[in-house]
Amino acid sequence: MVQLTLPKNSRMGEGKVWPKPEGATNIREYRIYRWTPEDGRNPRVDTYYVDQDECGPMVLDALIYIKNHVDPTLTFRRSCREGICGSCAMNIDGGNTLACTKGSDDCSGEVIKIYPLPHMPVVKDLVPDLTQFYTQHRSIEPWLKTTTPAPEKEWLQSKEDRAKLDGLYECILCASCSTSCPSYWWNGDRYLGPAVLLQAYRWLIDSRDEATGERLDNLEDPFRLYRCHTIMNCTQTCPKGLNPAKAIAEIKKMMVERRV
Amino acid sequence: MSDLRTPLSKVRGLGSAKDGTGHFWLQRVSALANVFLISFFVIFIITMQGADYASFVEAVKNPFTSIMLLAVVLVSCFHMKLGMQVIIEDYIHSEFTKVLAIIGNIFFSSFVALAAVVAIIKISLGA
Repeated sequence: MVQLTLPKNSRMGEGKVWPKPEGATNIREYRIYRWTPEDGRNPRVDTYYVDQDECGPMVLDALIYIKNHVDPTLTFRRSCREGICGSCAMNIDGGNTLACTKGSDDCSGEVIKIYPLPHMPVVKDLVPDLTQFYTQHRSIEPWLKTTTPAPEKEWLQSKEDRAKLDGLYECILCASCSTSCPSYWWNGDRYLGPAVLLQAYRWLIDSRDEATGERLDNLEDPFRLYRCHTIMNCTQTCPKGLNPAKAIAEIKKMMVERRV
Repeated sequence: MSDLRTPLSKVRGLGSAKDGTGHFWLQRVSALANVFLISFFVIFIITMQGADYASFVEAVKNPFTSIMLLAVVLVSCFHMKLGMQVIIEDYIHSEFTKVLAIIGNIFFSSFVALAAVVAIIKISLGA
């Protein structure tokens, strides 16, 4: 059965409360998940105070402020700081999103709570292990597959067909959607999850691709595809404003279309 | 025991079942049928409110009513079987328990459907 209680070594403990910055007038409280594999302790939540006048407006700016001024051991991933690399996806203020595009002012509570992406193995602090997620992406063969010999110049595509990729090609594989999906939590070993299925659809409707049937064959599975019950957490949480639930529905429509 | 399988080998697992669309499609078709069938059933029950046993039996004996009632029972039980299977697959992760639950689900739904069918036919044929 689904395990509803955490195993003993995963239960959250009280963490350290770090000192407030001196002389600051615009202070915001952050409670951040901490876990280190080496020290044998349970995960805990540390409390930090950030001088909002001394750091930028985004949650990522606050994390960098903490790492630079308060606690250099705080671990998180970040790279582009403009929502295009997907590295800083984490659970902020109760929702999965990118720390670099989420404004501190847009967080609802007085206190901003930050956890790693839900239901993924944690490497350290806010860094999840996404091996499984990336491998699932690899398994849908996310590249153009053709049998016709390659043309001299390039594969052509009409403007209308190119437009079908809008809303799909923008996905940055940050894993916010997949890790917000209960079906992915319970059956992530077999269910591909919204991000990977959106990517799968991106190749299914690419007019240049010649492996549509083969791709559908690989997806047609009670677990790989049909664990989606359209609860739409994915669409609600996507920091890029995409609609993975619709992409999955379109795949299901293609499945029905080829047999009815 | 350490697991030395590669991530891709684990993700590919036993491959695609090439199945599931039939289940998906039939669940939706039976849901659509239920919109009409359950509406009929509710209206039937409301119109029969306060009726005595004899007039109820008389109403069920009407061929159209018996056919509709049989359809209500069969389609609902089939839809119930499909829905319950999804719940079992979602939440039961031990392979043995899961297979047991799926078999139990088929037996239970079939039995409920057959019992209701026998009852309706018995009344309908006046036995």
